[in-house]
Amino acid sequence: MVSLLQLVCAGLANGVTYAVAALGFVIIYKCSRVFNIAQGHFVMLGGYFAYTFLSLCNLSVWTAIVAATATGLMLGLVIQRIAMRPMIGQPLLAAIMMTIVIGMVMEGSATLAWGGKYAVYHGTFGGASISLGQLSLPEELVAQLIISLLTVIVFSLFFQHTKIGLAMRATAEDEQVAQSCGIKVNLVYGLAWMIAGATGAIAGLVLGEVCGASPSLSEIGMKAFAVALVGGLESIPGVLVAGLTIGISEIIASTYLDPLLPTGGGLASVFPYLVMMIVLTFKPYGFFGLERIERI
Amino acid sequence: MQWDLPCGVFFDNYADDIALCRTKAQKFLLISFFAFLFVLPLLISDRWLSRLVLIGINIVSLHGLNLLTGMCGQISLGHAGFMAVGGYASAILCNMGLPFWIVFPAAGLVSGLFGLAFGLPSLRVKGFYLAMATLAAQFLVTWLILQAYKITGGADGLSVPRPIIGRMTLMSNKSYYYLVATVTCLVTFFAYNLARTKTGRAFVAVRDNDLAAEVMGICLWKTKLVAFFVGCIFAGWGGALLVHYYRFASPEQFTLMDSIMYLGMLIVGGMGSTLGPIFGAAFFKLVEECNMIIVSILAKWFPAAAPQLPASIGLIGYALIVGLFLVFEPRGLAHRWTIVKNYYRLWPFSYW
Repeated sequence: MVSLLQLVCAGLANGVTYAVAALGFVIIYKCSRVFNIAQGHFVMLGGYFAYTFLSLCNLSVWTAIVAATATGLMLGLVIQRIAMRPMIGQPLLAAIMMTIVIGMVMEGSATLAWGGKYAVYHGTFGGASISLGQLSLPEELVAQLIISLLTVIVFSLFFQHTKIGLAMRATAEDEQVAQSCGIKVNLVYGLAWMIAGATGAIAGLVLGEVCGASPSLSEIGMKAFAVALVGGLESIPGVLVAGLTIGISEIIASTYLDPLLPTGGGLASVFPYLVMMIVLTFKPYGFFGLERIERI
Repeated sequence: MQWDLPCGVFFDNYADDIALCRTKAQKFLLISFFAFLFVLPLLISDRWLSRLVLIGINIVSLHGLNLLTGMCGQISLGHAGFMAVGGYASAILCNMGLPFWIVFPAAGLVSGLFGLAFGLPSLRVKGFYLAMATLAAQFLVTWLILQAYKITGGADGLSVPRPIIGRMTLMSNKSYYYLVATVTCLVTFFAYNLARTKTGRAFVAVRDNDLAAEVMGICLWKTKLVAFFVGCIFAGWGGALLVHYYRFASPEQFTLMDSIMYLGMLIVGGMGSTLGPIFGAAFFKLVEECNMIIVSILAKWFPAAAPQLPASIGLIGYALIVGLFLVFEPRGLAHRWTIVKNYYRLWPFSYW
């Protein structure tokens, strides 16, 4: 029972981290109806940024978080200005392909800059464990949980309670109406990409601490897609619920089912997609997604 | 049949009107093209031949992706996964000792059925949701290959024999080239004709607006599933040809990056046009060659970064090319080719 609780805690931390990555994805989708396939690569770059700040520059954890967030914000802005702006008004497929292109460029640049190596900064969040009754939680797990949860809360509050967040929600509703009300839609798009970059970087920082930064971190980041779809593409609370569902079910499945499998493992890499397929079969728009009624 | 088309439609029966070769010039060009394909191995070196074989294999699987994504509008991020299914099916069946002429169609069929299973969500979800379902297919295939290591060899890969047709083993590049060229021509012919049938038109209607298509009496689920089935059969054949060519099958040959690369090739070539896959595959091979030259030059200038240069420059180069095409020529090389053709046809007059 205790081990199960322990697992649930680990899944909780993972799940909130997935939710952070998925948050950026959902915000871009809400504002501009673009599916940002490069979100997984934002996560990968976040891991490498964190490695640079924590291991190479020897910054403290909180400074590194701020630095990674700032880099993510700038990266998002640059990408939106250079690559995504020409895609406004183009068919949706072209915009999606452009995000794929961005992802490829980011993966190539990361390989070039960090040599495609497996960069480890394990233990920077502390190696001790905190005991809570019979549970003993590693410090890095607690740090992961706190950082991710804080990020989700901060960006949700920003979205719900600031004026610019209101502008973003208005743009999500109808960009032409928003524009005629005096909202700078271009600014909103830029901001959405900045948030995506920042959330990706934070998720990457946290995930990289646990499993190391490498080009394949982007595949872990891609679980954010599964999270976003399960939660429903338009919903920010949905992201959190789906993130927790997937994080916990993934870790339980990989602990209890992996030993039954012939090669004894690897279920964690596909389980989120299995959950996604099952949920999509029964609820095509996810837990909290808007069911769209289409007209010709 | 005339040499050149007159200005106007003068066909007096339907058979002439829908014929593939409508003028003598076209017939002549087609026959000389086949003759050229036939004598080509005698003229070029083995290295170029292997490039041609790889282009042919890519064309076969790109035709599948073109039917699925370009014509029917169902974005597939798992094309390499579908190729892997065909490749492994062919490899395993061949290792069991079945003759190649049974194995090859069977591999296509297995891949097609697998694609059908992952196409089923397309009945309920579309657009990005479907793209994610195919992405799931990609990850699942890799995972299944690793899990079923007793049959597939897992991460170590599986050695595959070269195909035996009749009493001939296609060991040399030359003989394999003839196999690939035949399959490529047949698949191209089939894809070209499919685009002109009722089903092909239904694909385009579903891509442009599936709701409107349904209202006009097109059976959506049948059309989408046919697109998945045929597209994945072609993918499976491409995968089968690939593993038999390398005499080796491993999950490394069919990664997510490959799936994305195929989408990129399709965009550069031109989506929704039968010529697109051919242009795309050939152009990307060209880019690959240029890349190798650029990398070798850069490696001299920056020796420190030399080990990671090939992978990273390759990725960045491909991505930039696809990005530039998206911004400046979203309809791809096939559209450019149409413009050139029209210019030639109308030559002294510039309008059309």
